Amino acid sequence: MLRLENVSAGYGSFQALFDVSLEVNGGESVAVIGPNGAGKTTLLRVISKLLPASAGTVSMEGWPLNDVPAHQVIARGIAQVPENRRLFPKLTVEENLKMGGFLAAARARYAERLEFVYSLFPRMKERRAQAAGTLSGGEQQMCAIGRALMSGPKLLLLDEPSAGLAPVVVQAIFGLIRRICAEGYTVLIVEQNIRQVLKVVDRAYLLETGRIKTSGAAATLLASDEIRKAYLGL
Amino acid sequence: MQIFDSFLLEAVINGILLGGILALLALGLNLIFGVIDVVWICYAELIMIGMYSVYYAHNVYHWPLALAFLACVLLVAALGALLHVLVIRPVLGAEPINQLLVTGGVLFFLQAVATLAFGVEFKNVGVSLPALQIAGMYISFARLIAFGVALGGMVALYLFLKRTYIGTAIRAISQDRGIMPLMGVSPNRIFVLTSAIGGALAGLAACLLVLQYDIHPAIGLSFGPITFMVCVLGGLGNMVGGFIAAFIFAQFISVGGYFLALEWGYVLAFLFFIGMMFWRPQGILGGK
Ligand SMILES: Nc1ncnc2c1ncn2[C@@H]1O[C@H](COP(=O)(O)OP(=O)(O)OP(=O)(O)O)[C@@H](O)[C@H]1O
Ligand SMILES: [Mg+2]
Repeated sequence: MLRLENVSAGYGSFQALFDVSLEVNGGESVAVIGPNGAGKTTLLRVISKLLPASAGTVSMEGWPLNDVPAHQVIARGIAQVPENRRLFPKLTVEENLKMGGFLAAARARYAERLEFVYSLFPRMKERRAQAAGTLSGGEQQMCAIGRALMSGPKLLLLDEPSAGLAPVVVQAIFGLIRRICAEGYTVLIVEQNIRQVLKVVDRAYLLETGRIKTSGAAATLLASDEIRKAYLGL
Repeated sequence: MQIFDSFLLEAVINGILLGGILALLALGLNLIFGVIDVVWICYAELIMIGMYSVYYAHNVYHWPLALAFLACVLLVAALGALLHVLVIRPVLGAEPINQLLVTGGVLFFLQAVATLAFGVEFKNVGVSLPALQIAGMYISFARLIAFGVALGGMVALYLFLKRTYIGTAIRAISQDRGIMPLMGVSPNRIFVLTSAIGGALAGLAACLLVLQYDIHPAIGLSFGPITFMVCVLGGLGNMVGGFIAAFIFAQFISVGGYFLALEWGYVLAFLFFIGMMFWRPQGILGGK
């Protein structure tokens, strides 16, 4: 479904990604794991065209995204839950969800998708009229995920959904992500919380200082010495 | 001593009516600042161009007044969009002072163009509306219409911003410009559209002002500064604050003018403004 071939990118003269190649197949859930500053967010920004790639190609369902402007990436079926959630703080929960369904094609199915998001996150229905900025961290993450689902994406990109949340809430969020995967969504998730995310996804790539170091089935990586020593402290 | 003073009441009512048009003037400027984070110093000059367009369409080309008004709103809306594309967009990332200077430059440009094209003599559309006499008070019909239309325009804008997808996007973009593409929204288009709406509001104000005032190239100076003060008093970019501030200001002018002389009404309003700037520099409803 999504394929990156030798993608490089950076900020000015600083190069953040080097020759990254990866693939996400339909129905799969894939993680990109790596430490602070590895380039995970940069990778998702490149996929969403918020940042231009300096080399390489990103393609979705066989179509290169090279000439697609950022605001049309979502029309190709790619929705992103950005780092730090980035809700519109003064809009209500429901208005935030509405923004997620801004595309003409999504507007026609607004009521149906809203119902779906509310069934996934009943808490959001309770808080529908509340300003998003006043939600708790976990609720904000739910709202941000719900907002991305409103476009009916084929591929959902998640940037550190567990960041800054209390351990119990992290558990709840990963539980929800598991449910979203079970619903049949294809998911690419970027995480520092390696132990948790590897229990949720099918496969993972390890990104270090802008380069893919290794990749494989989640269970294999979780058991590998490389990951255990360097990242799980075992 | 007489408790019920009908002249005072008349002054209060006229103040309310004046408040309506001031609120409309402030609305467009606040919308632009709130969404794009740029102050259109040349806002009143857009209105001046709009007033001339009504004059030329109606008095020179003999269009019906309603058509001239419609053309004026559309023309100034187009000017607003053009201003954004040609002048604002290139300086969007620049220092605020440069943005001010650039729109200030447009102010002088528009004044000069108007002087060259239309001359310095005063023009008047010559539509004179009667003053209504209600319970012994004289209420200007033109002001009453202006008040009604201004209020209607504000309600329409409010509903647009609240109820529609585009309106919601306009509010959203002022909170987080960077992620709008992730929603499928092109920030550029929203900015052009917002500028066109700001222009349309200036055009609407032009239609209302042309019923009350003569037109000349420097007419912008007679209500531009007061519009900025209303916006700043309300909290720049805050549309509700601007609305409240407009009515406070108008009362100072109207009631102050009643007790002293009209010019003193303005002096009082300015003094009040200066005092408020010491007390609440961020404006009545301003955040920062
Ligand atoms: N706007 C920017 N300008 C310059 N350098 C940047 C910018 N954003 C990120 N970088 C640099 O690019 C590198 C990768 O950053 P990125 O945000 O992609 O890392 P990350 O893996 O998402 O980290 P984290 O886990 O902390 O979110 C870092 O060295 C960072 O300092
Ligand atoms: Mg990151």
